[in-house]
This record gives sequence, structure tokens and C-alpha cells, in this order.
Amino acid sequence: MRYLPLTPSDREQMLAKVGVASIEDLFLDVPEIARLDGPIHDLPFAQGELAVERHMQRLSNGSVAAGSVPFFCGAGAYRHAVPASVDHLIQRSEFLTTYTPYQPEMAQGTVQTLFEFQSQVAGLLACDVANASMYDGSTACAEAVVMAARVTKRTKVVFSGGLHPHYRRAARTLAKHSGLEIAGLPIAINDEAAVLAAVDQNTACVVVQCPNVFGTLTDFTELAKAVQAKGALLIAVFTEAVAFGLITPPGEMGADIVAGEGQSIGNSLNFGGPYVGLFATKDKYVRQMPGRLAGETVDADGTRGFVLTLSTREQHIRRDKATSNICTNSGLCALAFTIHMTLLGDKGLKHLAQLNHEAACETADAVSSIQGVELLSDSFFNEFAVRLPGDAAKAVEAMAAHNVLGGVPYSRLRQEPGFENVLLIAATETTTAEDIARLADTLKKVI
Amino acid sequence: MAMNNVGRPTASVANDAAAPTTFSGARGLLQPTSLIFETGSIDRTGVDLPPVKGVQSRLGGLARQTTTGNPGLSEPEAVRHYVRLSQRNYAIDLGMFPLGSCTMKHNARLNEKMARLPGFADVHPLQPVSTVQGALGVMDQLSHWLITLTGMKAVALSPKAGAHGELCGMLAIRAALDAQGQAHRRRVLVPESAHGTNPATAVQCGFIVDEIKAAPDGRVDLSDLKTKLGDDVAGIMLTNPNTCGLFERDIREIADLIHASGGYFYCDGANFNAIAGRVRPGDLGVDAMHINLHKTFSTPHGGGGPGSGPTVLSDALAPFAPVPYVVTRADGTLDLVEHEADSDGEPFGRMVAFHGQIGMYTRALTYMLSHGADGIKQASEDAVLNANYVQACLKEHMSPAFDGVCMHEALFDDSWLEGTGVTTLDFAKAMIDEGYHPMTMYFPLVVHGAMLIEPTESESKASLDAFIASMTGLAKAAKSGDTARFTGAPYHAPVKRLDETRAARKPVLKWAPPVEATKIAAE
Repeated sequence: MRYLPLTPSDREQMLAKVGVASIEDLFLDVPEIARLDGPIHDLPFAQGELAVERHMQRLSNGSVAAGSVPFFCGAGAYRHAVPASVDHLIQRSEFLTTYTPYQPEMAQGTVQTLFEFQSQVAGLLACDVANASMYDGSTACAEAVVMAARVTKRTKVVFSGGLHPHYRRAARTLAKHSGLEIAGLPIAINDEAAVLAAVDQNTACVVVQCPNVFGTLTDFTELAKAVQAKGALLIAVFTEAVAFGLITPPGEMGADIVAGEGQSIGNSLNFGGPYVGLFATKDKYVRQMPGRLAGETVDADGTRGFVLTLSTREQHIRRDKATSNICTNSGLCALAFTIHMTLLGDKGLKHLAQLNHEAACETADAVSSIQGVELLSDSFFNEFAVRLPGDAAKAVEAMAAHNVLGGVPYSRLRQEPGFENVLLIAATETTTAEDIARLADTLKKVI
Repeated sequence: MAMNNVGRPTASVANDAAAPTTFSGARGLLQPTSLIFETGSIDRTGVDLPPVKGVQSRLGGLARQTTTGNPGLSEPEAVRHYVRLSQRNYAIDLGMFPLGSCTMKHNARLNEKMARLPGFADVHPLQPVSTVQGALGVMDQLSHWLITLTGMKAVALSPKAGAHGELCGMLAIRAALDAQGQAHRRRVLVPESAHGTNPATAVQCGFIVDEIKAAPDGRVDLSDLKTKLGDDVAGIMLTNPNTCGLFERDIREIADLIHASGGYFYCDGANFNAIAGRVRPGDLGVDAMHINLHKTFSTPHGGGGPGSGPTVLSDALAPFAPVPYVVTRADGTLDLVEHEADSDGEPFGRMVAFHGQIGMYTRALTYMLSHGADGIKQASEDAVLNANYVQACLKEHMSPAFDGVCMHEALFDDSWLEGTGVTTLDFAKAMIDEGYHPMTMYFPLVVHGAMLIEPTESESKASLDAFIASMTGLAKAAKSGDTARFTGAPYHAPVKRLDETRAARKPVLKWAPPVEATKIAAE
């Protein structure tokens, strides 16, 4: 077995040193009834690299790669061009095969990149402070909700009608057992700010999204003030981080907590994971924040260094009184994010965002010029919603048969009468004029 | 002087203290580093993009007017920045990383290569299922391996990490109790030796935590457990092998007691690496157990994630598994059940957007296919043998916390350091100078000054012997009064001991321009 260095004679010598006759003697505490007499049945035995690679390659061939066809799926995961150096750097042994930086003197590489990551995220979202990342956008949203309940000591949560349905479900799963009451507003494509009426004296937070799941952009500045005047917090969610190269960031609108998905910078689609949750808030709430935080300090010689800090919030210290049970972040995905962001810089990000918006505008023009197709989003960044004359899921299936991945039917996220014909279409800098023409032609054929 | 086998010296004779300070700030191969905010600039970029066209924007008046403040670097500058930073990290690829409870084993590069195949890495989670059969195949095959290795009924793949898997298992228990009209069962029994995530998870699920004492042999105190049972008990959260590195011999009896009282048995599977392929948790009476793919199945830890925590469930809990999950249709194709309404069971909900950590599933499946049922069993045996060998060789110099053989990790307390003026923390920092990542320290909490060593199966005997020699040397030094070696450590790391208290008292959590520079600019 290529991964196991011990030889049979090593094992014999070591057993002798331990003072037992056989390996079985080390497993005597296992109840007899649960001891197996050999390798588990129904599973294959060890294989060499070649055989394993052949098996995995065959599986891979069973999928249609996004890069091999005209591709317009978004709805929370976006296909962008990631520079080759990003994937090379995250595969450096010292980043890939190390642990959470619990011994900071031998992990300055990791802790400093997390500190830089936090700084970049805070700048991108225009917030006071960001953490070292969460599992993904949906779990970041869920943690934001329970954090708001901790801060306000209130128990009602209001979800906007444009919040990504998966985020709503994930937040509900976490929140319902914390004794929180959920008020989900009816689905609304362009009414993201129409949540104020649902806020009462027991409301902990209002969760809104921009761009929302239909792509619509909304200014929350007035809403934030009104929500805060009622003693609740405004949580702003997003699923496309590139947007903030071009649109007003949630921190500037006065959001109290910002939670969203960072996948679209530095990370590939990966069929939905692993991704990287971004989480930011105001300074005054930092001690209520979940997740890891890197901070600056000095060493015994006074030299600058970085450590994980404020860990008294966390489960390994606080146990049942912790702010969250989370004990990991999404380190390597956060590293990919920070490297890509460093390569882009403010200038590159703004340029990239502009290209995305232009591709989406051109796609929207091409699609909405088809008879029977109605553009639903008043404003958008790189994704928009259209209403087709018939069932959107069927249209997407039919387009796939023509080798076009033409978007995500809203019904895939949530089954709701009246929304069966809604299709979400995203375009990025990877979208070509030819792709757009293929989409328009194919869509025309199948509806 | 130490010599290698061709007679060349293997260590420098130069005295570190006599080394001159360099003009560059470098120390030979160790290059100086700075923050990107100090070297980059706002108008520089390392990405070439096609020109914008000037299309009329449709931003609804929400165009950003401010800078992100994030500097850019050209590609050569960025590559150098991150490579230099990487060289300030220790890693498994550099040496032994005996961090107990974390299972730092070798990360095979084949797993990385397979995870990047386009049929897994370049597919969107919401493409039509007819176009993602390969990715669903990975989920289906991984599920088969996990169910078979654990002897359980079903697996929920979507939890994003171990603690998230705990949440999944406990929410399934909560849903099952609610469905049985047993919602009043709110008390969860947790041994005092448990990982901190266990009580934190129980509370997140709306349970109340009740601690069970440890017996003097490091295992659950059965008599204390019996007094804590009652008709308000929802279940127990037990790690096995436990956090002291010991197999809970009475585990079947514990399971029977919990079941007889109407509760469920959650097993923390963090230490599955000791028994995978040799013991099936289903045979021990477990109802739910998360599996850290990043421990037992070697998906890389990546400096703190991403993890992956699939959770296996017994017959009793399987109907409550969260969405989504993969099913096989009559025609043999794979499909996803994504909506609770489409499920045959009673899912407790959805834990995440999309379907979980596919990038980790491909790596874990590659590991499983490479090892096979025989290799997984051998890996567990080698992991246990390596830990026992370390314990046997170090027990004369340090004090094992408990008598007898251990499983995959060897636990010592700090009684052997008494009177030396050296603490567990100091000892750990001196290990950094020896070129080792320290063991887990001060955990589990039931052992004073705990030192938890997990070598894993990836270490050769020669590697273990070198580690043992180094630990023995340190132990002798501590006892002989060479205190400064410890209290001043690390001496040879890129930085000296870092002031964690200062970091927490006045948190600096992001870069800000130096105060003087800001003032001058304002004037």
C-alpha cells in the first residue's frame, strides 16, 4: 500500500516494544460482538493510481462540464475565470497540508493571509470588521440570524421575498431550534425593501439580499435606518461578491451584518462546494460574531506577527455558552479568494465587474427580444430573471438537449405556484458573443 | 557534532546569538515579508482583461462611488508574496504533525488531481441532473462506502464540517423525538472529556447539556451515567474512541441503557481513524455519527478548512435525513431529492445551499478506492500501532495519563513536569524548535496539562524514532533544569513567542494605514 510506510518487520519490532503479541491485542477493548474477522465485505481492495484514475475519469465523463458548452447558470454559484497562479499557490504544501493556526509561531503564512483576507473583505463590503470566513454563504446567513437574536435579545426573524430560497431554508433550520419565530414574506422580484411592515417590537432582524435571487438591485439605506429605529438589525445577504466592484456595498447602506458567498472570487463551481462564506459587521458587534478571527500582535522581540484572537467566543473555550459550534472556517477557499483579490486589486475588480455587467446587459437584450419572453428584473448586475411563455424547467431540459446550459429555473430552488415559468440567467466575463447568440437561438426553438 | 552517513556535519556549528543582523531583514532562505497593503497599490493589477465596451448600465442608480481600498499586485509580485508567506508555515509535507484529535495524515496528490477533473470541478450545482450524472455518481459511491464502513442505514452528505455534522445528527434526533411526541426530552448527556463542539451543538439544537463524569480509567463513569438517565433524556453524545485515545469498553451497555430509556446515541466520529475497516459503529448501537472526511479520509486541512462532515444514520433516524440526497431512478440514472415535499421520509430541513462539499467527496472517494477495504483496515491498525509505540517509548520519560494500551493517540499529563518550572505550553513551544508541530495541548480537559499525541499511520518507524529521540531529549532537558530552552521558545521559528493576550485586549482585525501617514495626508 503506497501510503503506508510500515513494513511487516517494523510492525513486529514495534509490537514487541509495546509488549503485545499481535495487533489484535491492541483492540481488545472492542466488544467481541463488534470485532470483524477481516476486511469489510462488499468493498473493493486497494488499487494503484492508474486504476483509480481510470475509475474517476470515467465518472467525470458522465457530467457536462460548464466550460464545454454555452453556459448561463447562476442562482448563487458563478463561473468566472480564475488565474492559473491561484490554483498553483493554494496547492503549495505549506498551505494545503497544514492545520488551523493554533501554533501561530509556525503558521504565520496562514494567519497573515487570513488577516489580509479579513481586510480585503471589509474593504469590499465597506464594513468595520470581517471574520476569517464561514463554511459558505448560506451558513453565514444562518449564523447572522442567530447572532442578531443574541445582540437584540429578540426572537422574530423576517426574510425578504427576494432572499435565495436555499439560504432561507438553511437559516430556518438553524434558527427554529433556538426558539426563533420565522416570518417569510411572499416571493417578490422587485420589492426587496418592502419588509418594514413586518417589523415589530420583537423583531431581531430583517434579512434582505442585493443583488437578490432574481438579480434585482435595491438601495437599503432608508430601510436600514427604519429597521434600526425599531431596534432590529438589518442583515444584508449577497451571493455574487464580484458585484461590489460595481454596485454600492451593503456597509455603505448601513447594514448591521453582511453575510454572503465568496465563491465567485478565486473558486470554481465544484458542483456547489466547498465554497467560502463572507461575514462582516460593525465594530460594536465584534464580540458577538461567530467564526475565527485573525488579529495583529507582536512577538517577544516586538516584531509584528499575527494570531487567532477573541477565541473566548468559541466552542473550545466556552463549550455550551459559545456563540456558535463552528470550529473551522473555509481556509483554503479563503486563500484562493484572497490571492485572486490581490491579483485583481481595486482596479481589476472594477474592470471585471464592468465586463460582467455588460455581458449580462447584452444577454438580457438578446433574450428579451424573443417573442413571449419578458424581462422581470428592473435593474441587475450579472444576473436577471425572465418569464417564459411555458414551464422554465422544461425549457432548460430542452436547451440542455441542444448542449446549452441556459440558466436555472426558479422552481429548482422553490416550488411556488405562479413562478413555474421564471428563469434565472447569469452571464460573466467568460460569456462570449457566440454563447449569447446560441442561447437566444436555442431558447427561441424550445419555447 | 551530528554527522550523516557519509560523514558530513548535519548541523551548523555557528552560534545563533553570534549571527549578525542582516541589512535586508532576511535570514538566509527565510525572506522578509510585508502586507499586500504595504507593497501593492490601488492602480496596479495582476489580471489582464479585455477592454470594456461602454454599454449603458442598468444598475438602478446603485453604482459604487467609493474604492474598496484593496491594493493589487502584478503576478510575479503576488506569487512571491504568497510563496514567501507559505514558507512561514509548518505542514505535514514537511514533517510529523502529531496533533491529537485532528488526524494529520498524508494528503495524496492523486486526490487533488481527481478533484480537479472538469466533470466534478466545473459543473454547476443547479445544472439539469441529466448533465451531472458523474458528480452524482461520486456522491452515490461515497455514500455506499460510508454506509458500508459504518454498518448504518443512510448518510446525509451535505454537512460542511465535523461540527456541522454533529448539528445534522442532533437535529435528526430532535426531529425523531418530535415525531414520536417526545418533544419534552431536552436533556443531552455529554461526557466531561468531550470536544467543545458537542455541548455547543446540543445547545444550538435547543437541548440542555448534562455532563457525565469520567471514571479514573479515562472512560465514561457508568454509575454516573445511570443516575443521569430519565424520561427527559434525548440522548448521549459520546466520542469513540474517546478524546483520551481510549476505546469505550462499555459502549454496548451505554447504547442499551440510552435506548432503554428512550433516548438516542450520537457518536462523535472524530476518531474514526482508529477503527475504520475494523469496527462498524452500527454494530455498537450508534444512531448517528459524523465522519470528518478531512481526518479519516485525508482531504487536506488547508490551514483550517474546508472540512466535510457526512453523517451516517441508523434505521430509526434515516427518515429524518435532511435534503438534498441522491436516489437511483428505475432506469438506473441518478437523481437529487432537493425539496422536502418530494421526499418519502420526513426530512428535518436543509442545512446548506446546494449539495455539500463535492470537492471533498471526490478526494475522499479517491482515498477509499486507493486504500480499498484492506488498506483502510491496515491504516487503522498502523495508526493504533504507531500511537502505542510512541507511548511505550516515552512512558519512562513522561507520564501517560492512563495505564494500558491506547488507540490511535497517546495521552500524557504534566505531572512529570512538576517542579521543573516548565509548563505544557512551554514544552510545546520547544517542540517547534525541534522541527515538530506540537501535540494537542490542554485537551481533553479531564487531564491536567494534557498532551495528546496522534502520529497517524503516515509515519515510518524511522520517523517515529526520530520524534521519540527528540521528545526524550526535551524531557531530560526539562528535568535537568534547562528551563530557558522552554520558557524562551521558540528560538528558531520565523517569529518568537507571540503575545496572544495583547491581540485580544486591543483587537486589530484589519489593516489600517499607519496613524502618522494618515495625519500627514490630512494636513
